[in-house]
Amino acid sequence: MGQNQSEIRYLTPPTVDIKKKKYCRFKKNKIKYIDYKDPEFLKKFLNEQGRILPRRLTGTSLKYQRKVATAVKRARHLAILPFVTDLMK
Amino acid sequence: MLNQYETVFITTPVLSEAQMKEAVEKFKGIITDNGGEIVHEENWGLKKLAYPIQKKSTGFYYLIEFKAPGNLIDKLETQYRRDERVLRFLTFRMEKHAVEYAQKKRTKLEQQKKEE
Repeated sequence: MGQNQSEIRYLTPPTVDIKKKKYCRFKKNKIKYIDYKDPEFLKKFLNEQGRILPRRLTGTSLKYQRKVATAVKRARHLAILPFVTDLMK
Repeated sequence: MLNQYETVFITTPVLSEAQMKEAVEKFKGIITDNGGEIVHEENWGLKKLAYPIQKKSTGFYYLIEFKAPGNLIDKLETQYRRDERVLRFLTFRMEKHAVEYAQKKRTKLEQQKKEE
């Protein structure tokens, strides 16, 4: 049995995906203030239902994630962004 | 000590232009009468709301940036609450990066105007 397992051949060689390192776009571009008036920019941090994406997906640093969150919440309060929707993008 | 604040309010779309101007003057008056100083103002005009507020789907947006002592904010916000024309308002203190950003944006706009 042990021999058989070693003889497994893949039709397509398994791709070992190289992880692209995530980075914080605010730190990289030296953005210090996140404007709540710009819905198109804020949409980068929302999913299609309008929820804020977690840090583990966007790669934003904690400091700026907090600022993103306040900006999104301000925009929602002023009806610039919706609280919930379907298919925003 | 004077802090810099930014306030945005949304008024009902049923107002005529003159009524809108009057509302803006009223709130600007409240700021200047209570020791505030207006730095910048912006009229965003009639905009579509992302979700209905008081069964309305559009509203007039107006932004005012001002320097004021902290006790003014309470007065301004009670006036917002009492005014039936105002659908929504948001007031917050601008931190130093926000002030910087707003100034940069303004100078950019001025340059664009000059070029035209």
